[in-house]
Amino acid sequence: MPAVCIRNASLAWQGRSLFSDLDLDLPAGQWTCLLGQSGVGKSSLLRLLAGLTEGMQARARIETDDGRPLTGRIAWMAQQDLLLPWLCVLDNVLLGPRLRQGRPACEQREQARYLLSQVGLSGLEARFPAALSGGQRQRVALARMLMEDKPLVLMDEPFSALDAVTRLRLQDLAAHLLADRTVLLITHDPLEALRLGHRVLVLQGHPARLTDPIVPAGATPRAVDQPQVLALQGQLLRQLTEAPA
Amino acid sequence: MSVLRGLGVAAGLCAIWQLLVWVTAAPKFILPGPLLVLDALGSNSGLLLEHAGVTLAEILLGLLFGVLLGLGSALTLIWFRRLRPWLLPVLVVSQSIPVFALAPVLMLWLGYGMASKVAMATLIIYFPVTAACYDGLRHTSSGWLELARTLGADRRSLLLQIRLPAALPALGSGLRVAASVAPIGAVVGEWVGSSTGLGYLMLHANARMQVDLMFAALLVLAVMAVGLYFLIDRLLKRLMPWQPETLFDNDNDKESLA
Repeated sequence: MPAVCIRNASLAWQGRSLFSDLDLDLPAGQWTCLLGQSGVGKSSLLRLLAGLTEGMQARARIETDDGRPLTGRIAWMAQQDLLLPWLCVLDNVLLGPRLRQGRPACEQREQARYLLSQVGLSGLEARFPAALSGGQRQRVALARMLMEDKPLVLMDEPFSALDAVTRLRLQDLAAHLLADRTVLLITHDPLEALRLGHRVLVLQGHPARLTDPIVPAGATPRAVDQPQVLALQGQLLRQLTEAPA
Repeated sequence: MSVLRGLGVAAGLCAIWQLLVWVTAAPKFILPGPLLVLDALGSNSGLLLEHAGVTLAEILLGLLFGVLLGLGSALTLIWFRRLRPWLLPVLVVSQSIPVFALAPVLMLWLGYGMASKVAMATLIIYFPVTAACYDGLRHTSSGWLELARTLGADRRSLLLQIRLPAALPALGSGLRVAASVAPIGAVVGEWVGSSTGLGYLMLHANARMQVDLMFAALLVLAVMAVGLYFLIDRLLKRLMPWQPETLFDNDNDKESLA
């Protein structure tokens, strides 16, 4: 798994500068969680890494510790599940192979079935997304991302549209399934960041700056009622609400 | 159930029709009653069937060519971004020429036979189909396109596997419009000049004061058009099982959420 360093990142959107000279490190095999208010540019930072900078003026030096470029080594998961309504669950998981080579190979189908069982959706392979609940749909999106088997995972508020209980379950599942990858998770939920992150950073201000990382102790996913998690959650919420909008 | 309801509506309309005949006391060469028309339908069934076959063939061929041309134009507009500023105005201008005014010209170029009517039907549906397809292809959710890009899709698979299926509902509504407009093109073509077809039969019957036959031909045409519409609607539903949207929304109760 590569570590990724972003140096001198600057980004403008419709003539308005969101941040400039920003540095961010993503240590290998760890979850880095990025918190911040809406519109502060945290999603844009993630899109910069994913190469989805259409319509933005973006510039950054991105380095990896193994010296190879990031292209083709990134998996992306968004807030919306982005399932294609005309494909069944299994074909949605196989979307990557379908797009790249037309017909997925036999072992890829097997792998997709296995991943669906991993996210707890065995038996729903032939369903259409419209017949699934929000949590189930996001599980399919998770399986689709795992299907790509990429070392660097970028997640943009993937669980924010879910109800509280479903969200906690999916956080546990994601922490388990993506344990050894280099992950950047964008969220506006301090609890989520503290449960899942090896390092938690806050992006705030204008132009936006990154705070020093908080490094909670213990293995992830941390329990919701852990005193350390609760204390840090209070501290982060205070920091987020007190920051000038 | 819906068949029964349809029959009920038809019976109600016929009753109003008959009532109108009684109230206005219109002579039968102005407004024949439904029974007279049914009678004409029965006694001229061979003649009507023969002409209906010709008109149906014109409609179906026009539909086929119009949809293929429209879809092709829309795909061209999407694929060749640079052609757009040149092609779009041509398309809009072409639409502003009334197709009916072209009928005599088409007759001159393509002759008295079926070709000119097929061309009329094709032309009349070309623009709505192109516009619906183009809009559908253009308004693909940006999330899907971005996801596909991060999954390593090239332009071709982006178009064929994301944009095209995403545009199917829009294509479907274009096709529904086409199905209801194509008969107009064919019949207008027949009015301008022909020796077969329901449009020809109607003009001919009108000139001989056979108004009941004219109405019978009109009825056959209407049944054909409605049948075509529902056939296409059924076909589209079969093609898009994920799309619960239908003409009548009484199917929605069956939808279940897990």
